[in-house]
Amino acid sequence: MSKAPQKHKGDPETTGHSWDGIEEFNNPLPRWWLWTFYACIIWAIGYTIAYPAWPGIKSATSGVLGWSTRGDVAQDIAAVNEANAAINARLVSTELTEVAAEPDLNSYAVSAGAAVFKTWCAQCHGSGAAGAKGYPNLLDDDWLWGGDIEAIHYTVTHGVRNEDDGDARYSQMPAFGRDELLSDEEIDQVVNFVMSLSGSAQDGTMVEPGSVVFADNCASCHMDDGTGDREQGAPNLTDAIWLYGGDYDTIKETVVNARFGVMPAWGLRLSEHEIRAAALYVHQLGGGE
Amino acid sequence: MPNTIKLIALGLVTLFAAMAANYARDLAYMVHAIIVMLVAGGLFLYTLRKTGEPVLATPKNEYLDSVVRAGVIATGFWGVIGFLAGTFIAFQLAFPQLNFDWLQGHGNFGRLRPLHTSAVIFAFGGNALIATSFYVVQRTSAARLWGGNLAWFVFWGYQLFIVLAATGYLLGATQSREYAEPEWYVDWWLTIVWVAYLAVFLGTIIKRKEPHIYVANWFYLSFIVTVAMLHVVNNISIPISIWGSRSVQVMSGVQDAMTQWWYGHNAVGFFLTAGFLGMMYYFIPKQAERPVFSYKLSIIHFWALIFIYIWAGPHHLHYTALPDWASTLGMVFSIVLWMPSWGGMINGLMTLSGAWDKLRTDPIIRMMVISVGFYGMSTFEGPMMSIRAVNSLSHYTDWTIGHVHSGALGWNGMITFGALYFLTPVLWKRERIYSVQLVSWHFWLATIGIVLYAASMWVTGIMEGLMWREVDANGFLVNSFADTVAAKFPMYVVRGLGGVLYLTGAVIMVYNLIMTVRRAPAKEASLAVTVPAE
Repeated sequence: MSKAPQKHKGDPETTGHSWDGIEEFNNPLPRWWLWTFYACIIWAIGYTIAYPAWPGIKSATSGVLGWSTRGDVAQDIAAVNEANAAINARLVSTELTEVAAEPDLNSYAVSAGAAVFKTWCAQCHGSGAAGAKGYPNLLDDDWLWGGDIEAIHYTVTHGVRNEDDGDARYSQMPAFGRDELLSDEEIDQVVNFVMSLSGSAQDGTMVEPGSVVFADNCASCHMDDGTGDREQGAPNLTDAIWLYGGDYDTIKETVVNARFGVMPAWGLRLSEHEIRAAALYVHQLGGGE
Repeated sequence: MPNTIKLIALGLVTLFAAMAANYARDLAYMVHAIIVMLVAGGLFLYTLRKTGEPVLATPKNEYLDSVVRAGVIATGFWGVIGFLAGTFIAFQLAFPQLNFDWLQGHGNFGRLRPLHTSAVIFAFGGNALIATSFYVVQRTSAARLWGGNLAWFVFWGYQLFIVLAATGYLLGATQSREYAEPEWYVDWWLTIVWVAYLAVFLGTIIKRKEPHIYVANWFYLSFIVTVAMLHVVNNISIPISIWGSRSVQVMSGVQDAMTQWWYGHNAVGFFLTAGFLGMMYYFIPKQAERPVFSYKLSIIHFWALIFIYIWAGPHHLHYTALPDWASTLGMVFSIVLWMPSWGGMINGLMTLSGAWDKLRTDPIIRMMVISVGFYGMSTFEGPMMSIRAVNSLSHYTDWTIGHVHSGALGWNGMITFGALYFLTPVLWKRERIYSVQLVSWHFWLATIGIVLYAASMWVTGIMEGLMWREVDANGFLVNSFADTVAAKFPMYVVRGLGGVLYLTGAVIMVYNLIMTVRRAPAKEASLAVTVPAE
């Protein structure tokens, strides 16, 4: 069954063996192939002399160019830091409220802040800062802890409800259901009342008794009219903006188990000019006060 | 082996597996123990029933082709499964909604991705390598496979390995080592199967009737030996318990990372390159009916390839904790590797010179040519991407994915399809393939699929790399990570469509091969092939 291969006129010699009908020509190595191979080897030797390459017992050759990956990146970072040193110092020394008056500083701070935001903040707040369930939208004018530039700067520096920074913004809503502070009926009533503040209740008959429950248990933080208190990070319940959701089930979940949103203290990780830039960036997104 | 010993061994394995299923500390381990128990128990009953029956004498003068036939079937089967999984996860990346809630923990992207890579590399590629190597070594040694039914043990043992690996991934048993995800006991089992494979292959070469060992067999042998070494070293781990799937790696930190990529790179080098070059060196001269272009080139590029490939692994770890010297060496060895790799391409393409007219008439030759073409392209692209400056752009981007797939779909896939089209009529004694036109359809679907896949990944990979490093005049990053993800969406869809085309081609192939066996005119009555007397 092993068919002999087809031969043509002018074919070179074969090596003389045949395996299952396969033969091999005795062609030489293609010249261009061989010379390219040699060139690669010579280049490789030169490259390993120029760059760190050959290992010894305790260390490796460091290369005549003195190049290293760490040195390379350190150089890049140093160059950028040097170029921006003066304007970063200006950013730190200028009052936050005054930055807007200096157009060059302001535009620098906003582009720097955008970069900081995309690197550190976008994971929770979204790359467009529109937030997500549990993570506030930074584009609107509804603020939990205050929306002027000083308040935003404080929040970014110290964070919210974290254990790393003693000055972190802190408050805690009681878990009214889990800790049995309210009965199931009372929770039902107050949820309906809260819904009625910004829209319509699921069950209108519950609103009246719910207002009593609210006044006794919730008003101390969310205020009598439900407009909230930024000193305590207590959300305004009268607008249609919800951090976790404004439907019956979600509000009930919030009342029963409470919520405990956390934000890191960036002052422990980033430098002051980065934090100021991020605060200024967030402030100019649309909702800044 | 006398049946008594076999029965005792199988009985003990069944008993032990039953105990293991009972004491199992995790679900994957329990499912595996039950699978092993059923397999061993079934074999026990089978052996018991056959005990006392007259044993049919093995026909020593015939090639053992039945195991190759089984391998051809397994290759087609696992190929379709692997391509299907790949196409599905490609769409999961484009449309994350396809990570359905009810799939969480079993069929989300993270679980299906290793299923896809293992299915295509080890199930499809591995079965293709085992089947073709068994075929080629017999034909080019003029000897029946050594070891009697040991070849069947290799085949079924390997299928068991695949099933254990695949079910393990879905149930969360993984040691998280790329291309080596199966846990410790699956690794041990593969080691046993692989040693048996080496014994069968080497035994056949030793008892060959030809004076010289054909070049394809050098490549197959280097693949089998090196993969054994890679597999053992990369999987050195200590099980937490013999009743659970978890284990702890012996190496840690950058040493572990280096070991993983020494393995990972050479899995590509010896499994997907050397092994498939073995395939190329047999099926191209056979299908072209021309002598191999240059014996000298084959011997020089073989030794250069296997000496140099093994050092190139560190190029996967540029700009990491790996010391600069190791990264430099990985890079220069990759560049030096360029010509040795191309030796195979030259030998493949030049073998066809003098048979170029066949390109017009024979779609199988066309597949082989495009396969070698993609091989040449990937083995140029690889060294280029290993250059540190290029790698700083390409690393972690989809360019790498495009590179891998131009090699896997183009080189490994196409040469395997060519081999299957060659083997099926020969093994089942048919005059010809059922439909040459369908082969043509397969060729074009697969080729266009690869072009869509590779081109979209090049575009999106380079775009991604450029977006990551884009900084404004003051040195600030312009894009967030999520921006790059959003920008890639159209290319992800194109990639998925490429996968659909490639999968469709493979389904057409499977249909064509089945019809070849069932409908194509028969050549001879008996399937057995006589070993030529020397």
